[in-house]
Amino acid sequence: MSLRLSSGGRLIERDRPLDFTFNGRRLRGLAGDSLASALLANGQMLVGRSFKYHRPRGVVASGVEEPNALVGLGRGGRFEPNRRATTVELFDGLEAVSQNHWPGLGFDLGALNDLAARFLPAGFYYKTFMAPRGAWEKLFEPLIRRAAGLGRAPEEPDPDGYEHFHVHVDVLVIGGGISGLQAALTAGRTGARVMLVEQGPHWGGRAPVEGVRLDGRPAAEWVDAALGELERMGNVHLRRRAMAVGVYDHGYALLHERVAAHTPGDGRPRHRLWKVRARRIITATGALERPLAFVGNDVPGVMLASAVRDYVVNWAVAPGRRTVVVTNNDDAYRSALVLREAGLEVPAIVDARPQADGPLVQRAREMGIRVVSGSAIAGVKGRRRVRGVRLCAHEGEGAVLEEIACDAVAMSGGWSPVVHLWSHCGGKLLWEEGQAHFRPDPQRPPTGADGAPLVFAAGNANGRMETAAALADGQVAAEAALKALGTGRERGGARAPLPAVAPEEVAPMLPVWLMPRKAGAKARMKMWLDFQNDVKVSDVELAAREGYESVEHTKRYTTLGMATDQGKLSNINGLAVLSEALGQPVPQTGTTTFRPPWAPVSFGAIAGEARGDLFQPVRETPIHRWHETHGAHWEPVGQWRRPYAYPRDGESLHDAVIREVRNARQAVGLLDASTLGKILVRGPDAGRFLDMIYTNMMSTLKPGRCRYGLICNENGFLIDDGVVVRLDKETFLCHTTTGGAERIHEHMERWLQTEWWDWRVFTADLTEQYAQIAVVGPKARALLERLGGMDVSRESLPFMEWRAGELAGFAVRVFRISFSGELSYEIAVPAGQGLALWERLVEEGAAFGIMPYGTEALHVMRAEKGFIMIGDETDGTVIPQDLGLGWAISKKKADYLGKRAHQRPHMTDPNRWKLVGLETLDGSVLPDGAYAAAEGVNENGQRKVQGRVTSSYFSPTLGRGIALGLVEHGPERMGEVLAFPATGGRIIRARIVSPVFYDKDGEKQNV
Amino acid sequence: MLILECPFCGIMADETELAPGGEAHVRRVGPEGSDEAFEAYLFMRRNPCGVHFELWRHAHGCGRWFIAARNTLTLEVYGTYPAQTDRPPAAIVRAIRRRVPGWEWQP
Ligand SMILES: [Zn+2]
Repeated sequence: MSLRLSSGGRLIERDRPLDFTFNGRRLRGLAGDSLASALLANGQMLVGRSFKYHRPRGVVASGVEEPNALVGLGRGGRFEPNRRATTVELFDGLEAVSQNHWPGLGFDLGALNDLAARFLPAGFYYKTFMAPRGAWEKLFEPLIRRAAGLGRAPEEPDPDGYEHFHVHVDVLVIGGGISGLQAALTAGRTGARVMLVEQGPHWGGRAPVEGVRLDGRPAAEWVDAALGELERMGNVHLRRRAMAVGVYDHGYALLHERVAAHTPGDGRPRHRLWKVRARRIITATGALERPLAFVGNDVPGVMLASAVRDYVVNWAVAPGRRTVVVTNNDDAYRSALVLREAGLEVPAIVDARPQADGPLVQRAREMGIRVVSGSAIAGVKGRRRVRGVRLCAHEGEGAVLEEIACDAVAMSGGWSPVVHLWSHCGGKLLWEEGQAHFRPDPQRPPTGADGAPLVFAAGNANGRMETAAALADGQVAAEAALKALGTGRERGGARAPLPAVAPEEVAPMLPVWLMPRKAGAKARMKMWLDFQNDVKVSDVELAAREGYESVEHTKRYTTLGMATDQGKLSNINGLAVLSEALGQPVPQTGTTTFRPPWAPVSFGAIAGEARGDLFQPVRETPIHRWHETHGAHWEPVGQWRRPYAYPRDGESLHDAVIREVRNARQAVGLLDASTLGKILVRGPDAGRFLDMIYTNMMSTLKPGRCRYGLICNENGFLIDDGVVVRLDKETFLCHTTTGGAERIHEHMERWLQTEWWDWRVFTADLTEQYAQIAVVGPKARALLERLGGMDVSRESLPFMEWRAGELAGFAVRVFRISFSGELSYEIAVPAGQGLALWERLVEEGAAFGIMPYGTEALHVMRAEKGFIMIGDETDGTVIPQDLGLGWAISKKKADYLGKRAHQRPHMTDPNRWKLVGLETLDGSVLPDGAYAAAEGVNENGQRKVQGRVTSSYFSPTLGRGIALGLVEHGPERMGEVLAFPATGGRIIRARIVSPVFYDKDGEKQNV
Repeated sequence: MLILECPFCGIMADETELAPGGEAHVRRVGPEGSDEAFEAYLFMRRNPCGVHFELWRHAHGCGRWFIAARNTLTLEVYGTYPAQTDRPPAAIVRAIRRRVPGWEWQP
């Protein structure tokens, strides 16, 4: 049973109790506790269940590397899943719940998976996919679905704020231990702009826990003095609770700061995301202790040796009264000493090394602790908590020599530098045989824009495992970073002396990847490598036997290191086991790729303030407010909002669309067409340029005339269409689709700037400079005549021409173009006058029965006319020839973008699907995207198809469903009936007809 | 998250200000080109591990296209220059050769 000790605890305040709940149980902790230390202080060893087998799990670590103690925190909109209890600062009223069990933490039905463990081997998921379909649907899928996923997403809106900060610095120092502090001091004293960040709430790293003395004083005093000096420097920025997430190209680093996670609701942002641009980066990120692989190493009560002494020294919490220490190195002896000094029992130190006699070992012996060298743990007794251990010889198969009763085990397999951030941006690693770990290779660092080293590792993170070396390394790293900056500052002052540290004499460690070394197959099935994802030694060995030689493949096959802890504790052990199974040295196996994030980041921090109204700016036309006050039902079109229809009181959307179409066809309608792209192309070579951009000839267009044009990319695919207007000899106005304005402007600019840069042409995107209003319907001309001003008669302003003039006192350009098939005028005015003109048209149009119409009526009317819509009839694989638009492709031009592609064999294949109209036999509306079935099956056993629906509507004009579609040999098959299988086994039959359903000769638009 | 200097406005632009345009100095093949030449123009790119020329547009700045000569492996930037050229300027070639001895420009 874990417990709170009556004295000690350098971080806790005994006179400030805090109340919190765990799974609804009221518990009490102390100010300064982490949630993990508070839980342990309350005897709560069992904190979660493992992912696959739902095995009982306790706290293993004391920091960000914790794999087991994942909790859901808070409630309602503040609920946050998957928080590590070890990194949660306790506050009054904290509510935590454990995860991944059903129905309860103590009794979990999912634990039955554990009994079925031999049926859930490595690669289970992959193998399952090859099982018969029935087994998958009935057995595996429900099982996996219930087991899948850790934690639950909150369902209510988050009431807290999140924000982004941007900062530029010369040197970013990551890690607030003594190496990081020394690096920041060294850099800060030169006047460089320095940012020092620490992921936890405390400065100093492990040094204060280890009882290190600097200049004869406790480490904590040196840390305080260093902080004091740094705080006095105006050029140094200090941040606690700020975790470096990742290091990216050219010195970009992301930090995740938990600003107010421990003080919820105090008005400050909960999290903050820092986007740092650093000229150099120092990673003083420390090291992580490795677990040992022995039978039962996952039983609650088995912890990392360093975590055990963290809990005792920092929070006066002991994992048990009798702790057996098991190790392959000297460092774990420090835990035994700490426990003993706290008055706790250490019945034995089990040391795998044949001989153990370094100074730390001597001190343990002097304190009366029994040291059993050359020994190993054959097994842990207990299931939901440790009851004892069985000892065996390490160089054996596990024959039990004795049993020792205990309620905790402190294990240490050695230390691995945290090389993640070094590796994110390309830093390479070296295998250090003596420490059995990877450390940064100083010869192959990540490099920056100048080709010089960008990242410098320091201290434990650089493989400098002893205090004096780690401290000096902080200085060395800072000097190297300053030198690479090339500011000359590094030569500025004399080197400040480093504090004196008593030398440590440490005996060599013994690499241990399996304990005991010759453990049998059965034992290996009970040795955990990845606690969170339940990957055991046997799983990795199975992967190796099944041919998974690459560490990257083994990772994915076994899911080793793929849990939310990303294998912080398991990776090195896992790849060492794989290496042994493959009979090759560890460096030959190598590591998996280290990718950001170093530890999970909240979605809130990533989103920052980009939510709600600020998520994405909405583009509004000058007439937007009018639409809003007149009941527009909005449709998002890119960043624009366009009225879909204007339903009246009690009217359905569908009925509104029908009314709007009929009114435009019979009287007069009004459309806000301001979102259409309007690109001005001007210059002596403008015509020549547009002849390249459009498939048809634009240079021959006369001033005063309009021409419909098509734009293809170099692949020949149709990417946009619209009406081109010649304003004068050197000036064209190119209309694009609403979604195409920016894209087509960029397309034009790219060709102008990178291919035809000597052509004398300028372009400008004027989309937002003009409001454009379409006045559509048989009474359109009468309405404009009522406004008064310019002559809009058929003779003065024929179809496909335009004039500048005045209407009702507005200076306008009027284009006689039609996307509806009706008599239609599109009127452009400067944006600032758009609303006034619109209101005037509504007012004067009342006598003609004018109604505004939305995008759906626009779509219906264009489909009735067989006009294509980019994005409906095109999908990036369609060429103009597929759409019956061959007439818009110039045969005279020597070149245009897409011309060469149109000659490729596949583009001229007579079997390409071509545009037709489709009329359902029963008058119903075909589902959009439905496929026309053909006889037979393809090579994948799928039903063959011969066409698909690209647009489908109910046509109020024809009183039936109409559709446009692409059909194999379609235009040659007029009158043929196709079958379109729909949902529920229904088959809809439709006849192939002309795509022009209404006014086939175009008489109405030409009046 | 690269930082590249826009040669038109002289700004050290963060990658978020820029839009990528793929490999630079690709020669257009027009209607007279052979199938092989056209295929190479459309689809074949060098994708080198090392010295590379890339088109970038200062999208949230001056809007101009420029070319960055950089190393895809080391992330070193040798320089940037306006896209209105069919070959890297001599100064850029010299900068690359200083860092990658023996390097030759291959059109
Ligand atoms: Zn620029």
